[in-house]
Amino acid sequence: MSATATVPVQDAREERRGLRLPGPIALWVVAAASVAISLAREISNNDDLTSANTFGVAIRTAAPIALAGLGGLYAERSGTINIGLEGMMIMGTVFAGWWAWEYNPWMGVLGGVIGGALGGLVHAFATVTFGVNHIVSGFAINILAPGVARFMANLLFEGESGGSVTNSPGASGEIGVFTMPVLSGGPLLGWKDTPDPLGSLADRQWFLVSDIASLLKALTTELRLDLVLVIVLFVASVYVLWRTRFGLRLRSAGERPSAADSLGVSVVFYRYVGMLISGGLAGMAGSVLVIGANRYSQGQTGGRGFLGLATLVVGNWRPAGVAAGAGLFGFFDGITQRIDPGQLILAAILAAAILLAFGIVYSVMQLRPGPALLMAIGGAVLLWVYLTIDEIRSEFVFMAPFVVTLIVVASRGQASRPPAQAGIPWRKGSQN
Amino acid sequence: MNRRLLTTFAAPALAAVAAIVVSSVAVLVAGESPATAFKAMWSQIDSTESIVLIVNRAVPYYVAGVAVAIGFKMNLFNIGANGQYVLAALLAAAAGAAVDLPAPIHVAMIMGIAVVVGATWAAIPALLKAYRGVNEVISTIMLNYVATNLIAYLLAEHFRNPDQPNIRETRVLPESARLPSLNSLFEAIGFDFGPGVVLHGFLPVAIVLGIGYHVLLNRSRFGFNLRVSGENPTAARAAGISPRRMIIVTLIMSGAIAGLIGIGPLIADPQFYKYGDQFPVSYGFIGLSLALLGRNHPVGMAAAALVWATIERATQALSFVDIPQEIGIILQGSFLLSAIIAYEIVRRLSADAETRAASRETPGTRTIAEAPA
Amino acid sequence: MGAIVHIAIDEAPGGADYELPAQNESLRVLEKRGARAERGVHGRLSPRVQPMTTAVEPGTAIDSAYAIELRGIVKRFPGVVANDGVNLRVREGTIHAIVGENGAGKSTLMKTLYGAHQPDEGDILIHGTRRTFRSPSAAIDMGIGMVFQHFMLADNFTVWENIVLGSEPGHLRLNMRKARRRIRELSEQYGLEVDPDELVADLGVGDKQRVEILKVLYRGARILILDEPTAVLVPHEVTELFASLEQLTQQGATVIFISHKLDEVLGNADAITVIRAGKTVGEIDDPSTVTAGELAEMMVGSELPSPETREATVRDDVRLEVVGLTIESAPTGVDTVALAAGLAGGIESSGTPTSHRPLDDVSLRVHSGEIVGIAGVEGNGQTELIEAIMGLRPASGIVKVDEQDVSELSNTARRNAGIGYVAEDRQRDGMVLSMTLWENVILGHQAGDDFTHRGLIDRDAARERTRQVVEEFDVRTPGIDVSAFTLSGGNQQKLIVGREMMAKPHVLIAAHPTRGVDVGAQAVIWDILRQARSDGLATLLISADLDELIGLSDRLLVMLRGKVVAEVDPQTVTPAELGSYMTGAHQHDGRSASGSPGDGEAPA
Repeated sequence: MSATATVPVQDAREERRGLRLPGPIALWVVAAASVAISLAREISNNDDLTSANTFGVAIRTAAPIALAGLGGLYAERSGTINIGLEGMMIMGTVFAGWWAWEYNPWMGVLGGVIGGALGGLVHAFATVTFGVNHIVSGFAINILAPGVARFMANLLFEGESGGSVTNSPGASGEIGVFTMPVLSGGPLLGWKDTPDPLGSLADRQWFLVSDIASLLKALTTELRLDLVLVIVLFVASVYVLWRTRFGLRLRSAGERPSAADSLGVSVVFYRYVGMLISGGLAGMAGSVLVIGANRYSQGQTGGRGFLGLATLVVGNWRPAGVAAGAGLFGFFDGITQRIDPGQLILAAILAAAILLAFGIVYSVMQLRPGPALLMAIGGAVLLWVYLTIDEIRSEFVFMAPFVVTLIVVASRGQASRPPAQAGIPWRKGSQN
Repeated sequence: MNRRLLTTFAAPALAAVAAIVVSSVAVLVAGESPATAFKAMWSQIDSTESIVLIVNRAVPYYVAGVAVAIGFKMNLFNIGANGQYVLAALLAAAAGAAVDLPAPIHVAMIMGIAVVVGATWAAIPALLKAYRGVNEVISTIMLNYVATNLIAYLLAEHFRNPDQPNIRETRVLPESARLPSLNSLFEAIGFDFGPGVVLHGFLPVAIVLGIGYHVLLNRSRFGFNLRVSGENPTAARAAGISPRRMIIVTLIMSGAIAGLIGIGPLIADPQFYKYGDQFPVSYGFIGLSLALLGRNHPVGMAAAALVWATIERATQALSFVDIPQEIGIILQGSFLLSAIIAYEIVRRLSADAETRAASRETPGTRTIAEAPA
Repeated sequence: MGAIVHIAIDEAPGGADYELPAQNESLRVLEKRGARAERGVHGRLSPRVQPMTTAVEPGTAIDSAYAIELRGIVKRFPGVVANDGVNLRVREGTIHAIVGENGAGKSTLMKTLYGAHQPDEGDILIHGTRRTFRSPSAAIDMGIGMVFQHFMLADNFTVWENIVLGSEPGHLRLNMRKARRRIRELSEQYGLEVDPDELVADLGVGDKQRVEILKVLYRGARILILDEPTAVLVPHEVTELFASLEQLTQQGATVIFISHKLDEVLGNADAITVIRAGKTVGEIDDPSTVTAGELAEMMVGSELPSPETREATVRDDVRLEVVGLTIESAPTGVDTVALAAGLAGGIESSGTPTSHRPLDDVSLRVHSGEIVGIAGVEGNGQTELIEAIMGLRPASGIVKVDEQDVSELSNTARRNAGIGYVAEDRQRDGMVLSMTLWENVILGHQAGDDFTHRGLIDRDAARERTRQVVEEFDVRTPGIDVSAFTLSGGNQQKLIVGREMMAKPHVLIAAHPTRGVDVGAQAVIWDILRQARSDGLATLLISADLDELIGLSDRLLVMLRGKVVAEVDPQTVTPAELGSYMTGAHQHDGRSASGSPGDGEAPA
């Protein structure tokens, strides 16, 4: 039996010194964030910060971003970068608006998927078959898509009652909502008012527990069915990508296509499939927007496709991360839509400051003064803002997701873990 | 040489054909005849007035193309040109309206501010990439949105024109800040554009920029370093050209030029003379498209800019014949898409030919590295 | 059991012009002379070794004892016959080594065996039955598995994911438990320890190789082919590998491995086939009957080149001095190498992780009129050394040019101080293929005064210089306005060498100056180097070509694991000595020439 002596390997990743926290760091971040928000709520005495209503808005806002991010994930996992998420989402909105009006909301969802997938097909054609630079191709789709959408809107909606070139007539029918019985008071087989323990718990305003209950309540109360589908898709994606044969092969096309090819896996096939799924999901993100607004409107997407891309980076190319990132962005957005946004925003800033405080402690534990210093400065700024400024303008809140992404990307630097070959064209015979 | 001809003429021509086909299909879907569409489009541009209007439009597009192309020459994607130029335009407009200086100085000041703002906004992704390895695509896209929101805030709070309470815009620029039109110049040599047709005065700036771009790229040492860094970054590094320095300088330069994109409309277009909600905000993307279409070549991009502007002008006539005007964007978008595919095909073909040529050694010899051992 | 094929070795003394090295010492150095052999410089085969004879008739029962038999394999490529009637006979359950130099035809033969291409002539017999492999899948189905020199592993995947990819257990759902179980079974059965759940990125080279082996075993391979398996391994990993291979054969598998490390071959193979210039020149059934020297002769058919006697031109003044140059560890983070690689649109492949410092306290001196050669297996710090001297890579220590301390200066400043640089990979580092010749002549010198005036490029000066280079250095080209890619490799290299020389450097760093270059150009470049040497140039020459090193150097240093481990006189060094320093064999606890156990470090 041979001895297994491992040669000490010089790793490109940064060394961890100092104390090490057990388990994945992401979980700790989530825990810290939860505590930070709860603390902020208590301190600023702003219960709306974590109310089920706020979370509800956040979820509704986050869903399209999350879907777009998931779309980006499938693409990059299979080796192609999809900058055209925004364009595919736009295609999704116009198709969804059309079919939701012409048929019913569920057909609208399907329409969006198809619209987005068409865009994905074009992108795949250009990048996988012809090897066009992924950024360039995605960009071209973003140029083309709004034109096509407006063209279609002109043909389909102009002249119809309730429609014009800039929006479609309203959707035919409602998509329905879901409320979890027994936990959130939803109906169960004729029993109209089941107990609502989550709701009661949320109302108690207990530190952390009530906040989590609020979140769960928001996730289970009057949740639009298409949003339920989104959640299902996310959970399914984790399973599909990491527990099925299809998922393994798809990911191999993005990690080491030549290895996959040498083992009989068709890289071209999986990259096409990955891109079709990507476009479909981005398109579905458009559907979700349409159903939320009950119609198609020009410019509905408002950059959410790019935010989806951002969630990929923030979420480290994993579905849970994407969902968390989108949730964060949705939370920002949700705050601005509440009754007293100014105060809420301040409370959120306090939460951010508290989270940074945790970060400082962690950096110190890790014996890394640099990040600790930076976080201290950032935290001090946020604290100063909280204490001195009365009202934060909504523009800064809208800016926040983008700034957060920048900060995350800048701080991760080389430790990012995108799929190894994402964005690098592959031809048979290359060693990639 | 063959390859040059192919990419210069054959590829774009094929792409144009593809674009026309796609748009014709769209027209058919709309229930009309492509012939009607193209006839209407032609009649629209067939006048001196149209040509002037097209040139007016093309000027800022061209500036955008040059700004982006500098980055492209080094494989750097300055998608942030949008954010850079609108921020620059706003700040230049606000500053320009706040003072009163003799005309040439006033104009110079406005342009100077625009350049500085654009350069500064581009410095952020430049430093992030050079020192943290952050991909500039993500950082510039994020900064675009930050810029948009920043502008909304600044416009609403600080730079608002108090004389116009219902509209969000900066104060109107005084006379000294406005660039005179070129009509008088052309009239002097016998071209009369007709009533109400004005050739904006920013054209010379664009031309100078184009020439400067060419000279910088092909004649200067910096341009040499830039081209080498783009064509063979490893060789550039081995030759002592610092990738870090090149990234920073190039992106900042790109941002500086981008700053000027909005200045043409701002100071030379009577429609504006101020920054407001009506101000165009997507010229940066058009610049990217032109740089891709024109393959970063000063003349190629000029041609692309004219084509782009022509399509926009021409498709204005379509509403008269009951055809959706969006055909224009479809024409543009499909032209861009087809062109980039066509260019890629040509590139691959010639790259393969290159490797075949390079591996042709003197017969009878075998190289140590390449022998099929 | 029947006739046994063997080599007739004549025990009569004499014939060789050099001392036969002792058994088990490395003669890897000899594989570098492939080019010389290919060029038709045939040495005499020592009369002690006779060409092989076949005593087996085809079709006899004996064939089934062979797992693999290749008969008369011929494979032609445009301009060259890679395999010219090769025979190979591998018994089942043995470790069989195929030895030969670069360019001898080993890899081509293996590609035939695992189905990457078909031979033009000849037969493949697997267990006595004739077979054709139309594709690698066909070979895999027949139980043949190839383990490549360059691993095909996804770093971000776990071990089991890499192994089962494409042959996953289960249908829709990945049956991970089954996969892990099977891997552990194989692991135990063949003695290849791996942790199925570990990330490949975290594995060392030896572990990665085990994963590659398990990959083919998982797919049912009973015949394994390994291409240069020990090229990237450190000594104890080599031991582990051969122990595993031994265990494999005990379980009935057959192992073929390609190598040119003769000591390993002799120590571990049950049988050896020697290939030279596309033909089988030896089939050795009992390795204990042959010495490394004899094997080497079979492989190469000649001896080390003898350096031409020439006058000493070494002067007293030291032009280049390097003291204590050290690089602590492989670069991480955003350094210029990573930035350049990122701009080039690719991801720099993670280099082989090393357990030692990339550059370890290196000191040397080069005098005016002297050529100092650096020998060593690639990847032992040569690249790091030259990049550190050129200022392209940060390092601690001192670099002096003409007594001037340039350690803190940029690459540009060092070039201005008088260092010329011929990079090891001209296409990647030395030139821009899409640019014209005259633009390429500017490359590396764009920061000086020669070609720029006030920030602008002086085209005329550049073109004039290019014309001079083309004329004086015999660059065959229709003009100076053509793109560099139209030139052949040799002419490209002459251009580069010329451009460096015409800048009148005091010191020249020349890395693999004739790699991939045709004979004619090579001769020209060697003449240039010699002439410059007698004119007083101080040259540091790094090369893998022993002809070149021995023919040109006044002194020869050997690098291993980032250190300079030996300095030898090219006029008197023996192949055994050189090879031993280059492979670290002298550091092994093996027998030295005198038989005493374990020498200490060789004198630096």
